[in-house]
Amino acid sequence: MQPDLTQAAPEAMLSVRGLKKVYQTDGGDIEAVRNLTFDLRAGELACLVGPSGSGKTTLLKCISGLMAPTEGEVLLDGKRVTGPPKKMAVVFQEYGRSLFPWMRVRDNVELPLKNQGMPKAERDRLVDEALEAVGLSGVPRSYPWQLSGGMQQRVAIARAIAYQPEVLLMDEPFAAVDAQTRADLEDLIRVVWKKLGVTVLFVTHDIDESVYLGERVIILSSSPTVIQEDIVIDLPAGRDQLNTRSLPRFTELRHHVYEQIQLAKRGHRPAASSAAQTPTTPTSTASTFGPA
Amino acid sequence: MKVLKTLGYLLGLPVLLILLWWSSTLGAVNFFVPTPATLVSKFGEVWFGERFFTDVLPSIGRLLVGVVAAIVIGVVGGVLIGSIKWLRALLEPTLEFFRAIPPPVLVPVLMLLMGITDSMKVVVIISGCVWPVLLNTIEGVRAVDPVLSDSSHTYGIDGWARVRYLVLPSASPQIMAGVRQSMSLGLILMVISEMFASSAGLGFTIVQFQRSFAIPEMWSGIVVLGLLGVGMSFIFQWAERNILRWYHGQKEVENAA
Repeated sequence: MQPDLTQAAPEAMLSVRGLKKVYQTDGGDIEAVRNLTFDLRAGELACLVGPSGSGKTTLLKCISGLMAPTEGEVLLDGKRVTGPPKKMAVVFQEYGRSLFPWMRVRDNVELPLKNQGMPKAERDRLVDEALEAVGLSGVPRSYPWQLSGGMQQRVAIARAIAYQPEVLLMDEPFAAVDAQTRADLEDLIRVVWKKLGVTVLFVTHDIDESVYLGERVIILSSSPTVIQEDIVIDLPAGRDQLNTRSLPRFTELRHHVYEQIQLAKRGHRPAASSAAQTPTTPTSTASTFGPA
Repeated sequence: MKVLKTLGYLLGLPVLLILLWWSSTLGAVNFFVPTPATLVSKFGEVWFGERFFTDVLPSIGRLLVGVVAAIVIGVVGGVLIGSIKWLRALLEPTLEFFRAIPPPVLVPVLMLLMGITDSMKVVVIISGCVWPVLLNTIEGVRAVDPVLSDSSHTYGIDGWARVRYLVLPSASPQIMAGVRQSMSLGLILMVISEMFASSAGLGFTIVQFQRSFAIPEMWSGIVVLGLLGVGMSFIFQWAERNILRWYHGQKEVENAA
């Protein structure tokens, strides 16, 4: 049965339909992503977690329009993505290589807006707000490389916020910062998400992080990738590093995701994917994994 | 104190060399090696008169026009060739051919084609100076960081904005390395372009002095060339410090880590 490629769930902001990506190399074709279908509602914060080499980055490149999928499509607000869409911002893992080293912090944040031809006054306001939101009001005159890794990633986040995207994609953004900075940045993302009501897709390989951050966790199988499981994270909305992480429910969810990742690593694939195509899974049916 | 120290480093070796030269020419009368005093007096006499306007300034003018034109052509061509794959495939073998031709052999050819004119001399300078800039720019453009490139794409920084905000700054360290080579090449080619069938210019004058056995005058001309080289190097260093401030700062931070 073909998935219904024409109809995204009506409230979906981001919709990935039957996405498949095959790389053609000299050594033959490599199927990185087999078949992925999922929807993100407007304002949702979902984490995408999978074993290493599960095609997370490929998927993100297809969603952000940097790479064309072999089959299937990505819809942003109902419109097919064919190139980097205007309503989307991406934060990459390599903060040191995603900011312009020849521009000061403020110019880095401002550039995408300037490039859109936004008037100076409005630009200034958005840049100030964004820098304020990530706690960097003090360093607009510095160059990115004068800042610590965590601060550089804050600049990248500020640039994404100032761009006023409807969808924010984050590709393992905290994988290269130290643990304490990481905790701060995780909380920052929750705050920003709540404040702006933006739809966030957060890719990570860190299981704890996915459960702590997400309202929903999409677990990927190993490559060629399909969706292993899609679960709702029913933790209280107000999260903090100490209390949330010590909740019994957090431990249960973490345990469950961990098990699924282990299964995925051993090559286990969900029953549905054995029939080459998974039926469309609207967001509403994302399973709520009950207490054991 | 700091100024004195800088001045000491700047002038220490030249002063030492001049002293050495002075002491070794004491008493000796070698026709081909003038004493420092003779050279200085000849220097003022020869170069700070009419010759300054008829030979020195026109030479410097041609040098500047040639080098600047070579930089512009090299950067524009390099950005195009570096960013467009099919253009690169099409041009690279031919470029290798032209690059291999030593510019001095072009002088007689260009003389026939263009006559003994200022433009001929400028073209000789360009034909040699364009290569370091062009080839370095191509390499710099091709080496743009893929993550930075993706970042720019996702924020809709494309077309001319991409060249201006991403490609050119990113390639600027390589471009500047090319410019530095071009400047010294330019000085050499300026002299060579004036050596054949010319009637004015620094190169012509120096050869003329040599042929008429005006040895101190000839040496003073060589000193002018050396000073010109030093001047250009200072201008280059000043420009480089300003353009590549970020690059040196970043390197410093990386090395400290």
